Amino acid sequence: MIASRVWRSASVWLVYVVGFVPAAWYFYLGATGQIPGNAVKVFEHLLGVWALRFLLVTLAVTPIRDLFGINLIRYRRALGLLAFWYVVMHFSTYMILDQALNFQVIVNDIAKRPFITIGMASFALLIPLAITSNSWSIRKLGSRWNSLHKLSYVIILGGALHYLMAVRVITPEPAIYMAIAAVLVGYRLFFRSRVLAWRKQRRAVAMAR
Amino acid sequence: MAVYRYPSPLGSEITSEGAYLNRRSLIAGALASIPLLHGVEASAETLKSKPGPFSTDETPTSFMDVTNYNNFYEFGSGKSDPASNSGDFRPEPWTLEVGGLVAKPKTFDLDELRGFDLEDRLYRMRCVEAWSMVIPWIGFPLSALLDQVEPLGSAKYVAFETVVRPEEMGGQRGLFQPLPWPYVEGLRLDEARHPLAILAVGLYGQTLPNQNGAPVRLVVPWKYGFKGIKSIVKMTLVEEQPVSSWERLQPSEYGFYANVNPAVDHPRWSQATEIRIGEGGFLSPGRRETLPFNGYAEQVASIYDGMDLAANY
Repeated sequence: MIASRVWRSASVWLVYVVGFVPAAWYFYLGATGQIPGNAVKVFEHLLGVWALRFLLVTLAVTPIRDLFGINLIRYRRALGLLAFWYVVMHFSTYMILDQALNFQVIVNDIAKRPFITIGMASFALLIPLAITSNSWSIRKLGSRWNSLHKLSYVIILGGALHYLMAVRVITPEPAIYMAIAAVLVGYRLFFRSRVLAWRKQRRAVAMAR
Repeated sequence: MAVYRYPSPLGSEITSEGAYLNRRSLIAGALASIPLLHGVEASAETLKSKPGPFSTDETPTSFMDVTNYNNFYEFGSGKSDPASNSGDFRPEPWTLEVGGLVAKPKTFDLDELRGFDLEDRLYRMRCVEAWSMVIPWIGFPLSALLDQVEPLGSAKYVAFETVVRPEEMGGQRGLFQPLPWPYVEGLRLDEARHPLAILAVGLYGQTLPNQNGAPVRLVVPWKYGFKGIKSIVKMTLVEEQPVSSWERLQPSEYGFYANVNPAVDHPRWSQATEIRIGEGGFLSPGRRETLPFNGYAEQVASIYDGMDLAANY
């Protein structure tokens, strides 16, 4: 009993540790000159792609529970926060390493270039979600917490669009991320209530027998 | 009082002029022999060349960076794809067909192309993605080749075409095709005849690696890198301005001229500055101001006199 509780909390920390491995690994490769060419740009892009991956996995937790009965909810906060920290690192790399804190260029980029505006807006929306990710906020906000955190669906669409608009040609990777984001949003908007109603009905039938 | 005497070196210790002038190729040779680099043909041959004009005195970008960070969509759209995926490409034998509005159409084979008077040209290369390199090309003036085919008076432009070989070029097969093939480019005839414009057959003292456009590619250093069409199989002298691949894909972002211009932004990023690959470290990359015509304004600006460079980007 105690052992399983220890494992549960340890496994959450394991998600954090494993989650930061890609960032640490690519930083190590970059800092030791093992990324040829524009290493900072490569690093920046990898951080952005990993942020999207964590965001998609975070939003997949609920449908996976609904459809397959696999409950990963205890890892959801860690996955969401990993996504947030990857976005922070992605933006910091752009701001500090790539643009060398040239704020005129940065502000101009954010204001003038739609894909950066969209990326920045998605980042801004992610901040209140990260701040209210603690248990105290969840208790305090009650049902408003659920409403607030539905913003994550807007954020994933914004993030995937940011990636799709940033590339010079459409390649499979950004297209696939956008497709997965669209499926997740579509499920939440149109199918989830039906799936839950169907499950409830099936349970009721089973109970009646 | 003790008098300090400057040490005078023995004659044998002084670097000979020949060795001094040759220092770059010694460095190049040393770099080229680093065994780690992948995608570099074991069959790379040494080319004989003499120093050419217009070379910069800037430090060449490392062979590692020049051959492992490329845009060559025929091998994939990632920067490391060309180095990773070009191993199956066979640049020999090769023919380059030159025709259209010319008096003497001719098909050049590889020996003929490498038989031109080859020169070293250490040029800056500014990518449209706001990064740059300094590359020691080996090649010959495009004008020398044009002289042999004798363009007619009606010829106003040169249209270029890259090889199409889906079986050897992974980016040309499969579901996702980022660009229509063949990759095509074009130059105005006076641009093509400009002494800065060369057809390169090598870099760093040897034949071109596949990922850099083997066996023959265009180098026009005052234009963005994508104008430097690779693995050329065909050149046609034409009267009408040809449409280039990137221009066709996204005309608001890529123009026909594509002259390096810090004053005209790419819609999605600024062109005012560039990252010089290999300069500074990972934590402080070398960002510098981009120069008009990539620093070759003195040589080329006059051929665009009176032209609105913001409209003709």
